[in-house]
Amino acid sequence: MPSLIDVFLWGALPYMCVALLVTGLVWRYRYDRFGWTTRSSELYEKRVLRLASPMFHFGLLAVLAGHILGLFVPMSWTQAVGLSEAAYSWMAMTFGLVAGVLTLGGIALLVWRRRTTGPVFLATTVNDKIMYLFLLAPLCLGFVTTFMNASTLHYNYRTSVSPWARSLFVFQPDIELMARTPLEYRVHAVAGLLLFAVVPFTRLVHAYAAPVHYLFRPYIVYRARDPRFVGTAGPHRGWQRGDI
Amino acid sequence: MRVMAQIAMVMNLDKCIGCHTCSVTCKQLWTSRPGVEYVWFNNVETRPGQGYPRRYEDQERWRGGWKLTRRGRLVPKAGGRARRLASIFANPLLPNIRDYYEPWTYDYESVAQAPPGDDFPVAPPRSLISGERMDNITWSGNWDDNLGGMPQHESDDPILARIQEKIRLEFEQAFMFYLPRICEHCLNPSCVASCPSGALYKRVEDGIVLVDQDRCRGWRMCVTGCPYKKVYFNHRTGKAEKCTFCFPRIEIGLPTVCSETCVGRLRNIGVLLYDADRVPKAAATPREQDLYPAQLGVFLDPHDPRVAAEAERAGIPHDWLIAARRSPVYDLIVTYGVALPLHPEFRTLPMVWYVPPLSPVVEAITASGHDGEDHDNLFAAIDVLRIPVSYLAELFTAGDEEPVRRSLRRLAAMRTHRRRLNLGDPVDPSIAESVGFTVDQLEDMYRLLALAKPEDRYVIPTAVAGDVRALEEAPLGCSLDYEGGPGMGGGAGSGPFGEASGRPAPIAVETFHGLRERSTADSASRASLRHGQVNLLNWDARSDPEGLFPPREGTKAEAEGAREEQRRGVDGSDRLAAGPGEIQLRPPDERRPQ
Repeated sequence: MPSLIDVFLWGALPYMCVALLVTGLVWRYRYDRFGWTTRSSELYEKRVLRLASPMFHFGLLAVLAGHILGLFVPMSWTQAVGLSEAAYSWMAMTFGLVAGVLTLGGIALLVWRRRTTGPVFLATTVNDKIMYLFLLAPLCLGFVTTFMNASTLHYNYRTSVSPWARSLFVFQPDIELMARTPLEYRVHAVAGLLLFAVVPFTRLVHAYAAPVHYLFRPYIVYRARDPRFVGTAGPHRGWQRGDI
Repeated sequence: MRVMAQIAMVMNLDKCIGCHTCSVTCKQLWTSRPGVEYVWFNNVETRPGQGYPRRYEDQERWRGGWKLTRRGRLVPKAGGRARRLASIFANPLLPNIRDYYEPWTYDYESVAQAPPGDDFPVAPPRSLISGERMDNITWSGNWDDNLGGMPQHESDDPILARIQEKIRLEFEQAFMFYLPRICEHCLNPSCVASCPSGALYKRVEDGIVLVDQDRCRGWRMCVTGCPYKKVYFNHRTGKAEKCTFCFPRIEIGLPTVCSETCVGRLRNIGVLLYDADRVPKAAATPREQDLYPAQLGVFLDPHDPRVAAEAERAGIPHDWLIAARRSPVYDLIVTYGVALPLHPEFRTLPMVWYVPPLSPVVEAITASGHDGEDHDNLFAAIDVLRIPVSYLAELFTAGDEEPVRRSLRRLAAMRTHRRRLNLGDPVDPSIAESVGFTVDQLEDMYRLLALAKPEDRYVIPTAVAGDVRALEEAPLGCSLDYEGGPGMGGGAGSGPFGEASGRPAPIAVETFHGLRERSTADSASRASLRHGQVNLLNWDARSDPEGLFPPREGTKAEAEGAREEQRRGVDGSDRLAAGPGEIQLRPPDERRPQ
């Protein structure tokens, strides 16, 4: 029988975080489209950013890909294509460590740059600082987990964490499974879930503006004037909808 | 043929005195906000010079504009879509703030707070980027104004580096002229093409290129894409901003602020019709020197009935067609052929064109003992101008000197022609003919370049020609109508989500109901519409409708009481004091019964 806290963490928290993510994104899109930006500081400083930002972002994309592979592709599938558990584990560790080093190295450089470059530090808000805590926590914990796993443990998370993650999608969370995993996995999972929850309320929201459609649109964009906005005064005031 | 209309500008560089009034008024209107301190939608640079941002014309470094692939396809010079997305995390081609300049303010406080003493207090500069004190101000938007620091910076002008002849920049032989620059509102805008979010767009109705602030996600690719570096990054909001061609003014038929305030009256604004189908082909013209004639080939003759018919089919309002026929811009660019595009080799088909400067030539010839206004002397002198034709050609025609020479000869011919008239000499048609004009054409060009009144320089059809009703409804809010303001508004109506929510009823609707009420009511008119609001259009100046004046003091109940008394007062004795048709001028307080 799982304890109450286990039920909350592995049965309720994931849904709460995803709900916050979705409603937060909708809310932000409707009410703060203007604030939906990268808030790039490249104009101030470029030398460090040029190295650190691609390191972090590409590293993070690799981390994301690794998580999708590890969590959502069942072990039976990889074994069906002839990938043994040992081979998979070795591949995942190597890949994960490289991606982790890139991501953590990148963000370390970025945080250092943010702190030491006057104009960048000046443009840092309280929201940004809190965001860094939420972002750094799962990254560091995840790296520690991978590192521990690589060096000593050889814990097969694909028989515990992954089935739990998949069980969330059919709304029958296998709480027992997750509750029995090693501590570092559980802490990392909670930190990761919390990160999802805060994304819409921080500058991280720019991840959801990834301009994939750019690849498919014609170069020149033509748009007709909005008939509601002839002249200088818009018809709206006070409480306004996000789409105007 | 797909006819589109474009609002375009032509600047006559002969008249620019470099006073920067355009820049200052533009800044006042558009960029006097935090985050865009360093941004000048309009700037005036001295040529030769580095420009703003520094060396923006050097596309080997900044890679703005378009390039032709080996197979003749047009792609942004900084790379196509995949390449742009790959460099989205750090854009190596983005200028640093120091390529523009570090904006600053002064610690005026230190002057105001200075204790009495023998020394004059000073206001030290403080950076608006880092917030720290600056020891030295070393660069700004037009630091090399009037050739400031020129021998040192000579090699930094990308154009000077390109032209062959030896340019002498020693004091006695120096040349310079001013180049005011705004966004070019190109027909083939590379900033639009570079925007991953699709936030930048070219307006269908008037061709103005704008940034949708709600769609911009701050990827900064447009700054790289624009070869003129006229898209800027607001470092506070993290969004791109650019010259808007003052579209709110243009839409109601006013010229841009830079034009309106131009001391030299050198700017002309008008409509050009062009064939959008021909744009891609013109921009992909293989030889850079052919881009200027190719762009001329894109423009359509608004006097041509076929064009008029096509324009109508394309939904271009009739008064836009009329404006296109009267367009000073069309005349200068097409009819007289004196205006030239800025850097056509960027392949964006820019739409702010320039009449090249001629001025110093007359003095130069006169100083050498010849008659500086004689057209033979003038024509011969064009090639030995102080402002080298080759320099102008690098600016305006990708190095082809012939169009520049032709433009300068026409300007020179106009000058000699007018001089003869001024001196009472007979008209010499050979002058006009020597530049391919008739005397009448020369006169027309003179009138446009020298005499034209604002209504001739700015021929701007309004955006609302076919939609006058929309204009009537547009300025709904009164500027005094804020919480606690004289209008006592602040969105007094209560919508579904409380105060100031929802949309106010259109004025026309209110007026309709107000008028009907007035014509059918038994008692004296009540101009009061909604609670606490009065439509002064319907007010007969006799009654004192509820809400005309704010409650004087205390609670609402007291105010009601006072209003009741007041009403009685007006209907009673006071009414007699005012004769029929007279408006009572006494302020409300006096009318209150004591």
